[in-house]
Amino acid sequence: MAEELPKPEELIQIQHHSPKTDWISTPTNIRKGMYCYASNPKSVEYVGLPNAREWNPMEEDWKLPENWQEIIHQGFKERLERFRSFKVFMDICVRCGACADKCHYFIGTGDPKNMPVLRAELLRSVYRNDFTRAGRILGKLNGARPMSLDVLKEWWYYLFQCSECRRCSVFCPYGIDTAEITIMGRELLNLIGLNIDWIATPVANCYRTGNHLGIQPHAFIDMLDFFVDDIEEVTGVRVEPQFNKKGADILFITPSGDVFADPGTYTCMGYMMLFHYLQEKYGFDITWSTYASEGGNFGFFTSHETMKRLNSKMYAEAKRLGVKWILGGECGHMWRVINQYMDTMNGPADFLEEPVSPITGTKFENAKSTKMVHITEFTADLIKHGKLDLDPSRNDHLKVTYHDSCNTSRGMGIFDEPRYVIQNVCNHFYEMPANTIRENTFCCGSGAGLNAGEDMELRLTGGLPRANAVKYVHEKHGVNMLACICAIDRAALPPLMDYWVPEVNVTGVHELVANALNLAGQNDRTIDLRHEDLPGIEGESEEEADE
Amino acid sequence: MPTVEFMGKTFTVDEDGFIDSYDNWCQEWVQWVKKEEGIEELNEEHQKIIDVLRDYYEKNGIAPMVRVLSKVTGFKLKHIYELFPSGPGKGACKMAGLPKPTGCV
Repeated sequence: MAEELPKPEELIQIQHHSPKTDWISTPTNIRKGMYCYASNPKSVEYVGLPNAREWNPMEEDWKLPENWQEIIHQGFKERLERFRSFKVFMDICVRCGACADKCHYFIGTGDPKNMPVLRAELLRSVYRNDFTRAGRILGKLNGARPMSLDVLKEWWYYLFQCSECRRCSVFCPYGIDTAEITIMGRELLNLIGLNIDWIATPVANCYRTGNHLGIQPHAFIDMLDFFVDDIEEVTGVRVEPQFNKKGADILFITPSGDVFADPGTYTCMGYMMLFHYLQEKYGFDITWSTYASEGGNFGFFTSHETMKRLNSKMYAEAKRLGVKWILGGECGHMWRVINQYMDTMNGPADFLEEPVSPITGTKFENAKSTKMVHITEFTADLIKHGKLDLDPSRNDHLKVTYHDSCNTSRGMGIFDEPRYVIQNVCNHFYEMPANTIRENTFCCGSGAGLNAGEDMELRLTGGLPRANAVKYVHEKHGVNMLACICAIDRAALPPLMDYWVPEVNVTGVHELVANALNLAGQNDRTIDLRHEDLPGIEGESEEEADE
Repeated sequence: MPTVEFMGKTFTVDEDGFIDSYDNWCQEWVQWVKKEEGIEELNEEHQKIIDVLRDYYEKNGIAPMVRVLSKVTGFKLKHIYELFPSGPGKGACKMAGLPKPTGCV
């Protein structure tokens, strides 16, 4: 794959001009590097979703059910009735174009069908034809078109070129949430078996083993044990995580990417060190679960029902263990699901208590209903109350910037907590330009299940606006570390940086916290969690200077 | 799914050339991936990685995380890339007959 990728100087040649024909007459050409492989039938079958079979997007025949048009029409109708927002979003767009240049995929590819307005129009055109009188009578004049195989393929191609990041919705004067249109579109596609495998297989794994990667309970413990050894090597302190502990105060759930894939694994070690510190000092009682072993929810990228099924294990496990509330790790879309859906979908979780920090007494009012607190809120509160013994100078070799994950920022308004934490554990922090952070943040380019290997060109073009902002602070301030609070980010940003800004590495916020955190009985901490020598400590700086 | 014919055997593979099932793995498959990877000669270090991967997979049902592979074999990630140019996932796991990992990875 890598050898087929265009070089950065080629990929940067983006043409932002209109095609010769209008969009409805411009055919869609499915191109390698821009799409993900079709779902594995075994995974589709495992969760009982329709039309499990082998198919290939590059082949003419997608092996659809004979009555697929009827299924889509009926599915469309049902969702218009069930989701008032969907109906409103279909009706009220005036095509003003405010969203057009706000999408990272449009900026990076120049493909007009990646303008959010046009992506939505792919569905709206069929909506007008099937469900409005004006569309039925005026047809193309009204921007209506009947469903056809070509239209369906166009839907599939462009609905899986949207990361549901909602940057466009920030700029829409009507507040249309194009991500919700993509969500509905993907749900319709799933009715006839048109998912991608990077979503379908994690969903099946999660349904089977409790996490996207298919980690079984014994392997989950084995992985954390590996980190226990590793933490001991770095700090001289042996931490003791608790698993499946009935009656623990708090249940901890994080994305499985954190226990498996670098650099998320260092973030995971960060959580473990923090919990150990709190346990030793304040008697903090928190447990991991080998059943609710996934915070993320790729069901969210499939359908509402699939999302609900995968999410239900969180409350079920909290109930089984009898904890007071749930603490959640650094994840993106997991928080969108928790904040926006969980409480009404699988709640109310009235068997849990309203979350209160056992250490500071702070009541997390925002989590009153979901009973689930984000770890950066929890840690920011600890720092604010002076509960952590921190030595930020261990992060002095880092010049850090922060990437707001789409879902935690636009999905639930977490802007200041991660920044507060970073600025208390690092001495050098620099913001990217204002129009690329906080609610205006640019997506990593790989969200909503698009972080596969085969669509790397899409990921690198979609990630270009984010990479460009990182490049700016790298050149201006010498930034060499990009912090984030999302496991997809931690998986997606390293190749993005390697490609566009190779001088910058990627970290989770709790890796930074743990490197600064002083543990009782620790050694002289000459290396960081990545086993890299810390400059300036134990004479390592001379070696650095020699290089 | 596409098939590959090599040394008298037929293998079914996915889009990235991973074998369809762990059970269909055999020495001919190893030779096929060796050729595809452009590895000149398989040495004891390649074998060690394959053995560790297969052993871990049989116990745990998934591939080990890269850091575990590195620790158990004693090979730094850079050296694993020297042995398997496509890396631990797309090179070594493929040769060992493991499926590729998916999710936030």
